[in-house]
Amino acid sequence: MIASQHGGYWISAWREVVRHPRAVISLAVILIYLAVTIWVYTGWHTPDWETEDFKQAYHPPSVQHWFGTDIYGRDVFAKTIYGTRVAVTVALIASVLAGVIGLIFGLLAGYFGGFIDDLITWLYSTLQSIPYILLILAFAFVLQDKHFSLFGYHFQIRGIKAVYLALGLTGWVGLCRLIRGEAIKHRDRDYVLSSRALGASPLRIIFRHLLPNVFHLVIITFSLSFIGYIHAEVILSFLGLGVKNVPSWGVMIDDAKLELFRGVWWQLAAATAAIFFISLTLHIFGDTLRDALDPRLRDEKR
Amino acid sequence: MKAYFIRRLFYLVPIIVGISLITFLLFRVVGGDPVDRVAGRYATSAQKAELRHQFGFDKPLWPPVGKLLKGDLKGFADNQLFRHFADTFTFRFGRSEQYKRKISDMIKDGVLPSLSLTVPAFIIGIFLQITIAVFCAFKQGSRFDRVVVVLSVIGMSLPYLALIIFGQAYLAGKLKWFPIYGYPEGIGLGVIPFVALPVLLGVVAGLGAGVRFYRTVILDETRADYVRTARAKGVGETGVMFGHVLKNAMIPIITQVVVVIPFLFLGSLLLERFFSIPGLGYMLIDAVNSSDWPVINALTFVGALIYLGALLLTDLCYALVDPRVTLK
Repeated sequence: MIASQHGGYWISAWREVVRHPRAVISLAVILIYLAVTIWVYTGWHTPDWETEDFKQAYHPPSVQHWFGTDIYGRDVFAKTIYGTRVAVTVALIASVLAGVIGLIFGLLAGYFGGFIDDLITWLYSTLQSIPYILLILAFAFVLQDKHFSLFGYHFQIRGIKAVYLALGLTGWVGLCRLIRGEAIKHRDRDYVLSSRALGASPLRIIFRHLLPNVFHLVIITFSLSFIGYIHAEVILSFLGLGVKNVPSWGVMIDDAKLELFRGVWWQLAAATAAIFFISLTLHIFGDTLRDALDPRLRDEKR
Repeated sequence: MKAYFIRRLFYLVPIIVGISLITFLLFRVVGGDPVDRVAGRYATSAQKAELRHQFGFDKPLWPPVGKLLKGDLKGFADNQLFRHFADTFTFRFGRSEQYKRKISDMIKDGVLPSLSLTVPAFIIGIFLQITIAVFCAFKQGSRFDRVVVVLSVIGMSLPYLALIIFGQAYLAGKLKWFPIYGYPEGIGLGVIPFVALPVLLGVVAGLGAGVRFYRTVILDETRADYVRTARAKGVGETGVMFGHVLKNAMIPIITQVVVVIPFLFLGSLLLERFFSIPGLGYMLIDAVNSSDWPVINALTFVGALIYLGALLLTDLCYALVDPRVTLK
């Protein structure tokens, strides 16, 4: 393969992705969710979810209220929009947190081996042996409403922070194992040996040479773990361990569990649709991305 | 074989210590003083001090290294971390703060209701997933296959919670095919109507991911060299699939199946909660809602132990089947 013909690895992978219309459509939907999140953060002409109007309680979908209203007469469409912010923020921060921890631990364990490897392997074997849902429940439960001081700074962990910390601090295990395995494969390759012979420091080898060679694994795991975190946020919020006093898809579903018996379906439908479309598009986009980034798979198809 | 078993058992020791350490860090160090929660807001500070002394919470959190250096071994061992280790390793989890019952008894009572829900859901689920996956792989690229692949991605994207709520409100509430919730006293055939709907929902929820996984596993096998050899010999497609591919695909399938088994004991958090099935999942959510820390601590530790036990069992089965394993 000649580099100038195909462009770099990332560019050729990108070209491969955009060849598939469903991946492009999925990416567009994902970007819409991101745009909605940013929009809610700016607060510029965002729909109003807080105004209560008891005369309008449980109003079915109409021109005025696209997704109907809830028990307090609040607009369900606005609540769904605000729920997007919570879900995307949690999933994004948790993914980055877990990605960074998994990447660094995996590289260190894989490259150095020995005691460091034993320590990191012990840590993730331990975390892995606790069933995942129990682990995030325990973390979220303990972390909520915590105050502590560190180096003179005062931290307060509440609501959304407890959720993404719990998810991020527990979610790195799978990626760490992948990266460690890949780093072990690369550790004794010629290019690593030669740069070591040239006097490169271990940290330079890890971050200049190994990192670019394993980074595609981070991207591949990213879209799948993102879906996992969105669903986990919904479950945690539903159980009362997530955000409070702010609309969240999980809280909406929690409200809906009694509404449905009274024939009020729109709040459940809105939250379900919001979760469904981001999961579906991330699945489709993630699959295409994985096929494009994994050269072994790409060559097999040709 | 015996040596292998003992070696594997030794590997587990640091992990079990690690789990105990994590529960200590979470529930004791980060979680804070339990006495403030147990004693209630009207307890005097003298009463609290008495309680603290009674439960040993007035001792140092970590082993005091200074005492070890002075040769005071007893003073060194007298701390909350070592006490936590001793308690968890001997399954002394204490009493529930909410119900004042012994936690070990509560766990014993919860296992059977959990299993009555998870075992049927697991068996029916696996059977359906593998059957559909085999059909898909056999007719790869056909209309049936493509429809199933699309449906399974859609199924994986649907939120589990919404599925449960919809099933409960529509199938039980509106159509009245099933009881809305509840669970009879004692375990017997009487549980069947009450677990039927949760089992159905559990099976439906797992179908998408399962079919997709097993389809990939089986298709991966079809690319192996022995398949080409079999075809070259003139073996028909049916013979290749059932005589060669499926036999070899059984190894990753069994691995996947066995890993799920420990989780059956822990029940299903959300299903048990919605249908009021008094299993371990219900117990956990109940404990989270009422901040019953010792129960969460105990379930975390026991859940991890069950998982490790099942993993050990899997490895031993492999060792029995494949003699190369014990040599590693």
